[in-house]
This record gives sequence, structure tokens and C-alpha cells, in this order.
Amino acid sequence: MADTAKPKGGGTARSTGGRRRSRKDAAPSIADEQPKTLLEYYRQMLLIRRFEERTAQAYTQARIGGYCHLNLGEEATIVGLMTALQERDYLFTNYREHGYAIGKGIHPRRVMAELYGRSTGVSKGWGGSMHMFDTETRMLGGYGIVGGQLPLATGAALAVSYRGGDEVVMCQMGDGTTNIGAWHESLNIASLWNLPVVFVVINNYTGMGTTVEKSSAEPELYKRGSAFRIEGVRVDGQDVLAVRDAATDLVERARSEQRPFLLEAMSHRMKGHSVVDPAKYRTPEQVEEAKANDPVASFESQLLEAGVLTEELKQEIADSVRDEVTDAADFAENSPHPDVATLFDYTYATPVANESRRMPADPVFAD
Amino acid sequence: MSVITYRQALRDTLRAEMHRDENVFLLGEEIGVFEGSYKITEGLLKEFGERRVRDTPIAEEGFVGAAVGAAMLGLRPVVELMTINFSLIAIDQIINHAAKIYGMFGGQTSVPMVIRTPGGGGQQLGATHSQNIELFYSFIPGLKVLAPSTPAEAASMLRAAIRDDDPVLFLENLGLYNTKGEVPDGDDTVAEIGRAAVTREGTDITLIGYSRMAMVASQVAEKLAEEGISVEVVDLRSLRPLDRETIVESVRKTGCAVVAEDDWLTYGIGAEIAASIQEGAFDWLDAPVRRVAMAEVPMPYAKPLETAALPSPESLITAVHETLRAVGRRVG
Repeated sequence: MADTAKPKGGGTARSTGGRRRSRKDAAPSIADEQPKTLLEYYRQMLLIRRFEERTAQAYTQARIGGYCHLNLGEEATIVGLMTALQERDYLFTNYREHGYAIGKGIHPRRVMAELYGRSTGVSKGWGGSMHMFDTETRMLGGYGIVGGQLPLATGAALAVSYRGGDEVVMCQMGDGTTNIGAWHESLNIASLWNLPVVFVVINNYTGMGTTVEKSSAEPELYKRGSAFRIEGVRVDGQDVLAVRDAATDLVERARSEQRPFLLEAMSHRMKGHSVVDPAKYRTPEQVEEAKANDPVASFESQLLEAGVLTEELKQEIADSVRDEVTDAADFAENSPHPDVATLFDYTYATPVANESRRMPADPVFAD
Repeated sequence: MSVITYRQALRDTLRAEMHRDENVFLLGEEIGVFEGSYKITEGLLKEFGERRVRDTPIAEEGFVGAAVGAAMLGLRPVVELMTINFSLIAIDQIINHAAKIYGMFGGQTSVPMVIRTPGGGGQQLGATHSQNIELFYSFIPGLKVLAPSTPAEAASMLRAAIRDDDPVLFLENLGLYNTKGEVPDGDDTVAEIGRAAVTREGTDITLIGYSRMAMVASQVAEKLAEEGISVEVVDLRSLRPLDRETIVESVRKTGCAVVAEDDWLTYGIGAEIAASIQEGAFDWLDAPVRRVAMAEVPMPYAKPLETAALPSPESLITAVHETLRAVGRRVG
């Protein structure tokens, strides 16, 4: 385990010193925020929590197939990160992305419908849990191969730079990704070519069942950008305000300075790697620690303590979130399955001669 | 009409496409300052600058993937991989990403990119640099794989590849770069992807090849004509999609076929061709379909071993003679 989730002296730690800060180093305080803003963050976090709980339920009811990785425990990180992005900014993620899809602005109905494999799903039922994509909100994909999204995000940033645009690309990944070749190649290229991309490592201490210490020779992952002269920042991923501030800072600097940055968010995975993983490799202490670090519960009690949230308001938000999730599940349940007649619709964007449209038992020569 | 090399045809086409469309740009190892390992991109950095002719670090997965990402945002990258052997380092980005993104996300974004790369042995480059692994990509739905054999085809097919909205693996060949052929002046022909071509008509036997072996097949046909054997040559041109109709139509006419391929025989491109012929021309076949392919060894360095391992015009002639004997026709 990394020694601390919360860096000494505030919400963030940095790999290179002496740089200006656009925000003060001290951890952001609830007292400095608009109640409306805080409540919106709270609502978003709770929505992701309830959405994922419903997802797990639907999975065990066999409404959802395949692999299914949940964002439980990652809610503060997600809301903080997505708040830092402008609508025009692009997002690439790994396969644990339901919450990011919602956070980027995709309607929960379309996310749930994708999980159910319905034609109303965000990827029309072709992607499933790991492959959510939406052109309109610029969620450019969840990707199932560890590290696969890094070269893509780098290339998207290259396209932005090529055209002289002012969009930023955010590329999310897990801690285990920092050991794969695509990580090194992509960070190197992004830095060489001065590309506006922020690489975000969600460090939940474990890649499936293998700890960061067992897989990364430098377990303080935000320092690993230094090999490419990419400034790295570590932030407490349980603190939505700290994540928002750190991410906003890096996103805006990527935009104005046209270069890449690295953000490491210390997070907790509250359940196993995927829905079917009972996480027996975890010690009772680790389970307790994850529970104690529940970002939704902790933000909720902070807001109650500060008087921003009342019991009445809490109930109101809980009801509205519950309704929204139920509505998403109902929408998914009542949506049509994709028509088998569309099986060959998405092999090629440009129609091509002699493309095979043979069904498994068909002869090669149909005539 | 001008007579130019395959290399020149590629370079002229890249240049013209870059003038035609601002979204077309090149990236790859040593394509700029060094002007390309095989000098395909000679002069292009000077003409277009670093923004559009981008030297990359030795990081195939990184820069091929970057091209995929750039293509998702609407640019039209043309990547050069120094040889097809190095595509193995980028194979996750080619197969798991470039080929999947259009379908996996329900057709929301296409990936209009080209990966140009030469195959080919015979240069004493040894086991890791002499492979012909186009089969790997030809196997994958979502990719298009082109393999031109002449300068004119190289030009019209590269144009097609660049203007196509799907990822195209564009197979060149070390043994073809210096070959010459006629290319119409000011040509802007765009080849149709997914079509084979009968490049020589004949009646006795069908010879099927692609890339360098299509050229060898034409030379062999010429030679066999002197013996009075009428060979029909089919140049596959497009390995995916595969134009089975053209192949089968030819075999239905000639009654027998030999496939010439620079890859290994077992599970190779020829295996697919032979399977297609038996299914589409079973009643017309007078002899088993023969395949002439590379010996199944890691390619050795020493010249006599390398030469022995590679398919040659002579090996093709032998297979044609034996097939015609099997048919029962008298051959010289």
C-alpha cells in the first residue's frame, strides 16, 4: 500500500516543485463553496453510486452480460474529474467507465441500455459495459484492453494540436496501466510533441488482485511522468473538491501551455475487480479501510455537518436519484434488442465490394 | 503515359494526396529527415514541413495508436511501418483498436487511416525481418488489406486507401520497389477495393498471386506461353475483402489452379484461396489446387538457404507442369 492517500500539507503532491499554482496548496474547504455547487456534486456522486448498485443487481439477475467493472468507491474522483472538463474536451477511459459516461453528460438511460445490450444504448448494444462511446458528449470510448486508450488519446490530442484547436484530451486509466508499453510510448510521444492531454491514473491500490507495490517499481505513480518531463500531481481521490481543483489546474494548463500532464488520484475500490469477483485476496483491514474511505458517505456527513445538507434535502435527493436510476433500468428493460438484420451494418464505414455477409451455416457461394 | 518505379508511384501519390487534402499527413520512423528507409517519402519533409511529415520515436504501438486516435477525430494519417515485421509491436492497436472502433461503438466514428508497410524476403535480413504476415491482418473483419503488384496499381490503390474511411493495411514489397511500369500522366484513378483482376487471360490453368508473387506469376505465364501453355493470371490485389468470384470464375474456365504466395503454406493466404476454389468450382476442378509457398522455417541468413526457402519462378513452373500432368494434359 502507498503510505498515504492524502499528501502531506494539503490535497495534492507534485513531482516537480517550484511551479506556480493557480490555486492555493491548502485543501479546498466546503466553506468556500456555493451550496448549490456542493449539492450538485453530491447528487452526481450519489447517482453514480446508486447506478452502479443497480448495475450489480441487474448483473446478478442476468440482465447484463460479459464483464462488468463498477465505479463504486470512485465517485468523488469521477465527479471531480468531469467537472474539470469543458464540454468541448475529449475523454478516453478504460473499461471501468459507467460513471465517467454519466459524468461526461450521457443520459443514464443510454448507459444502462448499453449494459442491457439494447439498441437504445450509447453504443447501440455493440459495446457493452467496457465500450461506451458518444460523439455528442465527446466521450470517445471506454476501452477493454489495458493501456489501449493511451495511444488513442495521444492521437486525439495530436489531431487537436494539428488543427490548432483549444480542446483538451483527458485519458483515464488504472494503476496497473503504468507498467505497460503503451504507457511509456504514449507519454513519451505526448511530451515530445507537446500535446494537450492529461493522463489520469486512478490508483485504487490494486490491479485486479495485485497490489501497486507488487507491480510498479516506482509505486508513487505520479512520479513516473518525470522520465518524460511530464509534471505529475497526486491528489486525494476521496475528496471531490481536491480532485476538481487539481484536475482543473492541469486541464487548463494543458490547454494554455499545450503540453501533457499527469494526475494520480488515490482512490478505493469498494468491491472486487468486477461484479463476479468476491475479492477474497483482501485482508479484513483493507475492506474496512475502503469502507471507512467511502467518498459518498464522507462527503454526505461533511455536508450535513456544514449545514449544506439537511435530512430533508438528503431524502429528497435520494428519492430523485432513486427515481432516475429506476427510470434508467426501466428504459433499458423496455428497449428493443438490436435487430439481427443489422449484424453487418458496422464492419466498414465505406461500403466495399465482396464484403462477407455470410451467416455461420451459409455456404461461401450463396448462389 | 510514363514509365516509373513502384517507389515513384507511391511517392507521387502521397504527394498528390497531401496537396489534395489538408487532413492527410504522414508519420513513421525515419520518414522525414532520413527520407524513409526505402526512400518512399524522399523530399516530402522539405515540401510539406514537420507538421505533415512527422518523424516518430521507435514506438510502433504508440505512433500507430496515435494515428488511430487522430483518425477518430477526422484526420487521415498515413503511417509507414518500416517493414511488416514491426507491425507485430503495434498489433494491439491495429487489431484491437483500428479494426474494432467503428463496429464496437455502433458506427459512431470511423478510422480513416492507412498503414503502409513492405513485406518480402530475399534480402538476407534473417528470421525476424523476412516474414510475410499479411495473413494476420487479412483475417480481421474491420480491416481492409491491399496488396498491389504494379506501379499503376500501387498509385490507384493507395489513392483508394487514403480516401477510404476505414483502416487499410497497404502491403508493399521490398522486391517491388524498383520494378517499373506504365502509369498514366496526371492519373487520378481510384481503384475499387475488394476486387481482384485477371491480368492475363488464358485457358489451360489459373495462376493466382498477389503483391510480388502476382508479378512473378505474370513472368511465369509469359515463359509458359513459349511452351504453348495458356496461363490465366489472377492478381488478388485485395486480400480483405477477398474477391472469390473472380478467382472461381477463372478456375471454372481453366479447370485447375496454382496459388503463388510469399507467406508460409500452412494456414496461409493460399489455404483460403484453395478452400474457396473447392467450394466454388468443385465440379469444374480437374486436379487438386496446388500451392507454391515459402518453406516453413524461420528464414535463414545464408544466401543459398534463403534462396532455397523462397518461392521462385522455377518452383511455380514446376507446380504448373505437375498440375497439368495431373489433369492429363501433355506438357513440355
